[in-house]
Amino acid sequence: MSGSQKHTITFIALGLLLLFLLLLNISFGQIAIPIKEVFKSLTGNTASKESWEYIIFNYRLPKAITAILVGFGLSISGLLMQTLFRNPLAGPYVLGLSSGSSLGVAFVIMGASFLPVYLAEIFLSPYGIIFASCLGSLVVLIAVLLVSQRIRDTMAILIVGLMFSSFTGAIVSSLTYFSTAEQLQKFTFWSMGNLGNLAWSQISILLIVTIIGLLLSISKIKALDALLLGESYAKSLGINFNRTQIIIILATSLLAGSITAFVGPIAFVGLAVPHLAKLIFQTSKHWILFWGTLFFGAITMLFCDLLSQLAGTVVLPINAITSIIGAPVIIWLLIRKRNYS
Amino acid sequence: MKNKTVIATNHLSIGYSSKNSKTVIAQNINLSFESGKLIALIGANGIGKSTLLRTLTGIQKPLSGEIELNQKPLQAYTALELAQNLSVVLTEKLPPSNLTVYELVALGRQPYTNWVGKLTSVDQEKIANAIALTAIQEIVHKKHFEISDGQFQKVLIARALAQDTPLIILDEPTTHLDLHHKVSLFKLLKKLAQETHKCILFSTHDIDLAIQLSDEMIVMTQKQFIQDQPCNLIEKGVFNSLFQDEDITFDAQKGKFVFK
Repeated sequence: MSGSQKHTITFIALGLLLLFLLLLNISFGQIAIPIKEVFKSLTGNTASKESWEYIIFNYRLPKAITAILVGFGLSISGLLMQTLFRNPLAGPYVLGLSSGSSLGVAFVIMGASFLPVYLAEIFLSPYGIIFASCLGSLVVLIAVLLVSQRIRDTMAILIVGLMFSSFTGAIVSSLTYFSTAEQLQKFTFWSMGNLGNLAWSQISILLIVTIIGLLLSISKIKALDALLLGESYAKSLGINFNRTQIIIILATSLLAGSITAFVGPIAFVGLAVPHLAKLIFQTSKHWILFWGTLFFGAITMLFCDLLSQLAGTVVLPINAITSIIGAPVIIWLLIRKRNYS
Repeated sequence: MKNKTVIATNHLSIGYSSKNSKTVIAQNINLSFESGKLIALIGANGIGKSTLLRTLTGIQKPLSGEIELNQKPLQAYTALELAQNLSVVLTEKLPPSNLTVYELVALGRQPYTNWVGKLTSVDQEKIANAIALTAIQEIVHKKHFEISDGQFQKVLIARALAQDTPLIILDEPTTHLDLHHKVSLFKLLKKLAQETHKCILFSTHDIDLAIQLSDEMIVMTQKQFIQDQPCNLIEKGVFNSLFQDEDITFDAQKGKFVFK
């Protein structure tokens, strides 16, 4: 079929674009490294300067890989949520999952001082933060889901998500009054989003959790297609609706929660990227949208990270960049709305 | 081909049960539907047509009694087996999506495809067949929200056909359609029942059309459940008792309802 051939060509083009952006992303920064040298050093040869090698493997490559994983996870969780909530405007940030994660992390960072030292250490470890963050996003996701079963109106669900954001936001700001300046600073930096802070050990944890989340999503590809017809039709096609829902929720909160734990809340990527994939591939098949969303997610994050460094000596927070790009996309989607009510 | 019984009920009682109470909507229902027949289910609003259809499709549990689909109890089917034996066309709106007509019809093949839903050549053949039978070739590349209500009903029917089941159940497929599209939809259903030898059961409020075009009718009233051919039902004067309203009577000669 010519359709699948077209898809193959698009995927090859996306793969090349991703590779190019990866090299560009690593070469770019306060110390520019020629792309040729980046390529050399990534393919196992040694770069011309030892300092370049050091920068690449200790700063640039971890950051680029983090960006790719963040792009993967947030975008896929957005894709899952848009289908699960029957809402083209759903996404981990808009529906308040990131806020839920923030709340979890805020409790851990600012609340740890109330605990005995040995417990505080467990809580403040990467695992403790991931757990709190995933739990936070899971709680919000389930709350939004429960509300959405009572309200069929797509826009109302978004408002509910907004309310949850305000609610968790208010608790977080209340918490800040009880925290030390040091804790507050730590939390504030976290909440601005930062891709460049992770050590290789943390990246491997993020990698494992992301892979689990993606595998869970892949296992429900067919059910996601059926969900496009709504719950009753999906059931009539032999889909176990409850199990599907649980697995999608689990995958979404693992992806959104773990990413938010490590790099802070990142806005709009989860909402906008699936739409980019839908626009380019012109299909509703989740098997194709899944891979398309993965590629576009990674590309978008690498690109945003690149933009965040364009201001010269200062590096802008990644969350600011994604919001500057993402918010207009939402408005555009609303204006262009086709059958979105 | 000989007509065989596709679905039958035995002393079926339908309604809702909660922890404390049971709400019986209808009881002692004995019906049996054969392949190759177009069967209309009629009755006044709120009489329980939807409840009956929901019970027959397994969405809702019966209060008591049995339903047998292809000589096997309905509750003995797994979800996947049931999907291969029973397809539905519902009244509810689809959630917003970019599904094209072709993709929508293709989803009917889900009970047969592999874990990612890949369409084999057999699947593609069945889809093409369903599209041809419902004559929607012209619109297969359109998005499902770009077509008219009449076309959309045909697309939903094509999806049910692609699911390749001996029984198709439709819940009020002709609501929101004008007379021309109602008639053409009824004719389509009639043709499908004859050509594909499926059993097609649908509920409707278009009684005079159903009288003319369906093979059998089930009339639901407060007191009874009657299943028969439309001409016999007219002879028995069943339609007169359909509505609890003395102003509406059935004119047996003209074959339609008249009101004072």
